[in-house]
Order: sequence, then structure tokens, then C-alpha cells
Amino acid sequence: MSAGTTTSDAGPLAELTGDMPAEAEEPTRWAVLRRSGTFWSGTTIIGFWALAAIFGPRVVPWDPYATDLLHELAPPSAVHWFGTDQLGRDIFSRVIVGSRDILTIAPLATLLGTIVGTTLGLAGGYLGGLVDTLLGRIIEVLISLPLIIVALLALVALGLSSVTVVIVIGLVFAPLIARTVRAAVLGERALDYVAAAELRGESALAIMFIEIMPNVMGPILVETTVRLGYAIFTVASLSFLGFGIQPPSPDWGLAIAENYGVIAGGYWWTVAFDAAATASLVVGVNLFADGLHEALAA
Amino acid sequence: MNAALSIEGLEVAYRARGREQRVLGGVSFTIPPGGSYGLVGESGCGKSTLALAALGILPRAGRITAGNIRIAGEDLLALDAGALRRLRARQVSMVFQEPARALNPTLTIGRQMAETYEILGVPRAEGEAHAAAMLGRVHIAAASRVMASYPHQLSGGQQQRVLIAMALAKEPALLVLDEPTSGLDATVEAEVLDVIATLRRELGTALLLISHNLGVVERMCERVGVLYAGMLVEEGPTEALFADPRHPYTHGLLRCLPAAGRRKAQGRLETIPGFLPAPGRRITGCVFAKRCRLADARCHKEAPLARDVGEHGGGHFSLCHYAERVADLSRETSVEPSPASDSPAPAKTELEIENLSKTYVTGGAHVRALSGVSIVLGTGETLGLVGESGSGKTTLARLLLGLTAPDAGGSIRLDGTRLEGAASGRSQAARKALQIVFQNPDSALNRAHTVRYLISRALGRLGGFRGVRREQRLRELLAAVRLEPQYLDRRPRQLSGGLKQRVAIARAFAGEPRIVVCDEPTSALDVSVQAAILNLLAELQRERRTSYVFISHDLGVVRYLADRIAVLYLGRLMEFGPAERVFRGPHHPYTEALLSAVPALRAEHARIRLAGEIPSPVDPPSGCVFHTRCPRKLGRICEREEPPLERMADHAIRCHIPRAELPAA
Repeated sequence: MSAGTTTSDAGPLAELTGDMPAEAEEPTRWAVLRRSGTFWSGTTIIGFWALAAIFGPRVVPWDPYATDLLHELAPPSAVHWFGTDQLGRDIFSRVIVGSRDILTIAPLATLLGTIVGTTLGLAGGYLGGLVDTLLGRIIEVLISLPLIIVALLALVALGLSSVTVVIVIGLVFAPLIARTVRAAVLGERALDYVAAAELRGESALAIMFIEIMPNVMGPILVETTVRLGYAIFTVASLSFLGFGIQPPSPDWGLAIAENYGVIAGGYWWTVAFDAAATASLVVGVNLFADGLHEALAA
Repeated sequence: MNAALSIEGLEVAYRARGREQRVLGGVSFTIPPGGSYGLVGESGCGKSTLALAALGILPRAGRITAGNIRIAGEDLLALDAGALRRLRARQVSMVFQEPARALNPTLTIGRQMAETYEILGVPRAEGEAHAAAMLGRVHIAAASRVMASYPHQLSGGQQQRVLIAMALAKEPALLVLDEPTSGLDATVEAEVLDVIATLRRELGTALLLISHNLGVVERMCERVGVLYAGMLVEEGPTEALFADPRHPYTHGLLRCLPAAGRRKAQGRLETIPGFLPAPGRRITGCVFAKRCRLADARCHKEAPLARDVGEHGGGHFSLCHYAERVADLSRETSVEPSPASDSPAPAKTELEIENLSKTYVTGGAHVRALSGVSIVLGTGETLGLVGESGSGKTTLARLLLGLTAPDAGGSIRLDGTRLEGAASGRSQAARKALQIVFQNPDSALNRAHTVRYLISRALGRLGGFRGVRREQRLRELLAAVRLEPQYLDRRPRQLSGGLKQRVAIARAFAGEPRIVVCDEPTSALDVSVQAAILNLLAELQRERRTSYVFISHDLGVVRYLADRIAVLYLGRLMEFGPAERVFRGPHHPYTEALLSAVPALRAEHARIRLAGEIPSPVDPPSGCVFHTRCPRKLGRICEREEPPLERMADHAIRCHIPRAELPAA
């Protein structure tokens, strides 16, 4: 991703593009992305769950909240495709609609983490000196703490709500993103265009956000998608522990928490589909991130 | 005996974006055993492709579509992988441009050199002895220390000599050199070329030398081929070809260079208008017709055939219908050499640097990068800064601009007003007055922005222009740097090197600066593009009375543009004075050595060799810092006492040798 790759690493083919007015070439990154099976598999999975989150409540066969005590713990059948849970709620409908909360909270938390992390990374990498040293130490401390424990403590201290979950996960992720961004900024900072901007009397903010940031969007984008995968997993974990999304939401983590007690009785379907849904979303996001990473490295 | 390399009708195509693009179109030449052949041409002409093809190491996208290659009689294209490997192990060697990338950073030099011998079946201990001996032959003094070192512990010049030693260890029939000295200082380049020339003679190795530097080729080769758009447009004995070029392209290349002693006051440099045709484009007629001043209807229709045009025999071929008329081109355009004045007319002082020093502290050690430098520069003048890498040129430029703060005690005055050390502490007016054109436009232009944004932003910040007024200034500035408005919405990577540098120049001139620092602005460009950029800089200076601080390792370029010259060595000012007097002398022994290291075209002079390389600034030599390498060292006085910077009128020299005994050109 460094500037050097455009000139020095292109090998003998670089010679072909000598001193001639280059035709406005289509960036090859899009070509790589378009041909990437990884990227499209990921996009398809994420797209499916996004559609489920948006239109789910209108298309599911059953009301995901409606209890039916006569048909509790019914196995998968033509009527209840994924069976029913302990309260007789249709699991298929709940899995589909269950993507709603997690697909709101996890992306919002990631977005918050990206914004804060990018700002910190740009500041540390560009300003350097004391700012960088301080940020660096704080980041190291935060990274060394176990994620879930920190999140749990913060949630207990701040009170349980979806907003708190977003803020807590966002702030816990910020230092990780800051570290990646800072490394990319250090490479850019050494380039002459930054010196040229300083000689124009540009403010530090303008240099960070107008000059440097567009050139480190690649790493930021990749880091964001990778973090989104972790965020989904973290939200599901917190919900499972009872600190995340609260009942009666059909959230997957929550559903697993509510039903895992009955697995031993052979009622596997009460958790299997929710677990598979969580896994598929995380895998989908990771495939998407891998595809993006490949394309940006091209 | 078989020719060391014989290439016949070679055609190579690359597959790019689904199309076959022809890069070499029927190239033929022969290098006899022990002969030397130079291949010149601008970037994109196919030089490196030819070298790769000749060694059978084309990248996967490349394919030989016709012709044949023979190395020492063996048909390269008919060999299987094993035979090809054996051929490469014994008969051919190559040395590329960046030595740091050719050496394995994790192995010692000794280990890597021994490998060369192991492949040949020499026992390990014996191989190491051979390696040490070979290092001695490439003038590496402390062979055992170098063999124990890792590549990063050696300088660029040493690395390149190690590679040459490795390449010649097996006494190959053919040595291929691709821009072997491009990244090196002139003084180091001279030494590396010497080593190659001597060893080649001793071992009887044939040489294929690829270079954009015509001076290097002239010095090293018996025959030269000029490549243009994948065609060998001219080929012949070096002397005949350079003295009497028979193809308009060769003629143009030779005329682009600032000829010895040529100055900006004597008129523009010649350029070759237009661009190299895009690879793969089918051209009917002559490939050069579009840019040729001799071209007529026949040239655009009918492709010329190579024919012998030599008057003195020896096979001088040209691919031109009108080879006989090429000589007329010179007559048409030759300029009357106007007598250059000795000292530039006294101009108003624009910039005054006094006692400027810079000390870096790294790992507890104090490194004096610049030491007590005082210089004045007049309005509309150019100050040429010369010296080897590590001499402090770039440090001085950065101090001027305020990118680094100087040590206390020194001062920089602009028009009589003292400037703050750091750019952030200077007024916007002071910042606006001092701008820079960087060496590498890829680094200097933000690749995320369009040309329009890059220039407009500078116009807004530095010129204070807004709205319609800014748009108007943008157009004016584009016209001034000869950029077509069609490039406004392009991003830097969609532009060629020359166009990028024009954008960088436009940006530097956006706020009507008083002084522009040019840090090797043309060293990344081809000679024809370099000429155009130098013309542009000279023109902007004439129109706007802007002063330049011009850093370059190319003394021809410095001489063309500079009014005053400052010679730096290890952060000290060794000589400072009007350009012509510095060049003509009497000058400092270091200046003399720098001048003589330049591989100038058709220059016959004894070369002065500087021993070794510039010492480390961490531990500079005692007395005169140059005494360790000075070919004119007087004796103990040079080791003990630092000579004062002795002024005589406006020409100052730091040397113990009396002025009357100093060398002159």
C-alpha cells in the first residue's frame, strides 16, 4: 500500500508505461474485486441477512413473538421449518427477524470504533512526539485487557442498554483500529506531499483528514470490515451472557442463552439454527473483508 | 569463435489487459567475444525487455514471438530448462540497477559470494579464498571485513562492486549490465565503471551495457545501439555514432543534454517534441515520424529499412529514409555561443544565510549534518548546490524551507527579514516566498487528489485566490507550465513523469514565490523530458525574477542553470562563487574531482580518482575534512588545521593550497 509500489515493484512491465500520457486507466482493483469469489460469497451472505433484517418481519410465516404453549419444543416440520422453542415460538421466523438487532448494533459499534480509532491513529501517526507516545501506551494497556471482561465491567458500570453496548464495543475497538491506521500514516507522513502541505501553511487537521486520510482508506476499510466480524461475535457473546440485547428480542445470542438448557433433552433445533446464523454472518463478513484486502493489495 | 551474443530479428510481446502488445519489433545485433555493446534509449523503449529476453528471463506476461538469440553459440530458445540453467551458471552474468535488491539481506557477503563458486563445483574453503581475491580486484580494500558484513552495512557503491565481483567470478562469456550506476554518485560511478572496464579487459568478457546515460555508454562501449519504440533505429561504432549521428532520434538525444559550458543565457535546450508511441500500437511507416523534423509523407507511409550509412566503414546502420540529411539538423539550430560573463551582474540580495548549522542527535551520537554555512543569493539568480550524497545539500534545503529547525546561532534572512527556524513559526507571507519542487513527483503529489485540486489548493492557500479569480489563475498557471487543461481532472498516476513534474512546478509557483528550492527535479526523468523541464524553469525565472536553489548531482545541468555555485562536503562549504569561475577555476581539489568524475560526452581529460567514499559525519576527519581523500593534500597541516574559507572578490575557497597553485580547468 505504500507509494513505492506504484513505481518500483511493477517489474519490467513498468517500462511499458514510460514517459507517455497514460490513457485514463480503469483501476485494476475493481477488476480484482469483480472477479473475487471470496468477495462475492461474503457479499451474498451479508446481503441475505441485511434483507432479512429489513424485510424479515413482513415476510416470515409466523409472528416471531407469538407464544404457542400447545406446540412448545416442536421439532422441525413442514409447519414450523426450524421447529419451535420452549414457548412455542416459530424458530425460523425468529432466526430471520433475529438479525435485526445484531445488524444494527454491531455496525454502529464498528462505525464508532472506526471514527474514533482513525482520528487517534491519524493524530498519533502525524503529530508524533508526546501525543504519539501517550496514545501508544494507552492503546497497549487497552489491548492487553480481555475484551469481554472490559465490556462486561463497563456495561455494569454504565447500565444495560443497546446504546451502551454500541459505545462500549466502539471504544474497546478504537485502539485496535488506531494502531493499524497509525502504522499506515507513518508511511505516508514521510512522503513529500505532507511537507508540501506544511509549506502551504495547512493546519494539522487539514493535513490529517484531507491530505493523508484518503491515502490510508484502504487499511481503514479492511480493518473496519475485520472489526465488524469481531463486533458481531462480541454482541452475540454479550447477549448470550445477558449483558447485550435484552428480551423479548429474537436475537440469536439471546435465543441460544434462553434455550441452551434444553439441548441435553435432545431439542437441538432450539439453538442450532441461531448458532448457524451467527456463524454464517461472521464468516460472510470475513469473506467480504478478505476479498477487499486482496483487491486493495493488488 | 562464436559471438558472445547474437540476436537476430528478435520480437517480444507482452500480454496486458487481454491484448498482445509488441515491445520489441525485430531487433538484430551481435557482440563479438570480448566486445562491448551499449544500448541507449529513453524509458519505455524496450531496453530492459531486450536484456531480459537475452537472458531468457522474461516475465510470464512476456513472450518471444520471433527471432533467435545465441549466447556463445548456443541457441537460447532451443535449450531445455536444465541446459538453460547450466548456461546461466557458466556463460552469462547480470548486474541490475539497485544493488540493495539484488543481494540477500539475511546472508553475509562472504556466504553469497561463495555460493557462486559452489555452483561451479569449487570446494567451500577454496571458494572463499577466490571470493576474497575477487573483492580485491574490484577495489574493495578490507575484503575479510566486507565478507563478514551484511549487505545493509555496505554503501551503494560497495554493494554494486560486490555484485560485479560475483558476476565476474565465473569468468562469463557475457556480462549484462542494466543501468549499473544510476543510483550512485558521479565519483562512485566513475570508480565502478573503471572496475568494470579493467576486469572486462583482463577476463575477456563481452559486455552488454544498458543505460540512459550517453556519457557512460560512450566511455564503456565499442559499439552502440539506439533503441526507440522497440526498434533499433541506429547502430554503429561509438565514436562515429556520437560524432556523426545518422538518425534524427539519436541526434535529438545528443542535443537534449546541456552541452559542456552551455548556459541558460545562451538559449533554450533542444527537446524532442511529442511522446513515445504507446506499446502495441501498430505504426505504419517510420516509428519516429511523428516526432521527427525531417519527416515527410514518405516517412508516414513507408517503413524505412536499416541501411549502412557509414562513411568510414565499420558498419554504421540507420533506420531512416533521410539519414544523409540528419547532419543538416544541427546547422539549422545551432546557437551562437555568446560570451558568458564572469560574474553575474550584481543583483539585489534576496536571501542571506549566515553561519547555518544543523546537528542531529541519533542514539547519543551528535551528527553534524551542516556546519557553519554562509551563502548569499540575489534576486532572479540560481544557486547551484553540489556535492556527493551525504554532503549536506538536502539538509541545507530543508533548513531553508523550515522543514527542520537549524541549530541556534545561525540565521536565514529573506529580503533582510530574519526567518523563524520552523515553517510553522513563519508568517504565511514568508512561507509563500519559499517553495520547493521535489525530486520525486510520485511522493510530492498527493495521489488521492486531482491535478485541479492540487494546484487550486495551493492557489487558495498561498495566493489567497477564491472562486472565479482562482479558476482564472489556474488557467494562467497551467499555460505557464505548458500543461494542457485536459489533464486537470487526472490524478498523478495517470500522468507521465514529465507531466507530473510540471504539476509540481505549477504548485510551487502558485503563490508567486521569491525563492524556489529545486531538489534534483529532473533526476527521475529522461533526457528529452529533462531538457523541457529545464527550459521551463529557466523561462519562469526570466519572466518572474524568481531565485532558485538548485540541487543536482548532474554538473552539466547545474552549469546550465546556476549563476552561483556552492560546493558542499561533509556539511562544510568548500567553495562558493560565480558559476563560471567555479567551473573554470582555480577551484577546490574536491570541485576538481567532482568535475572530472562526470562522464561527459566527447570529453578528453585525465580523470581524478577520489579514494574511497565520503566519511561518516559522526566522526569527521580532523583538520580539513577532505584530507582523507584529497589528491592534492599538502601534508600535516591538512590533518591538523581546518583551512579558513578564503574569499577573493566573490569567490571563496576552503583550502590550505594558495590560490595561485589551485587547479583550473
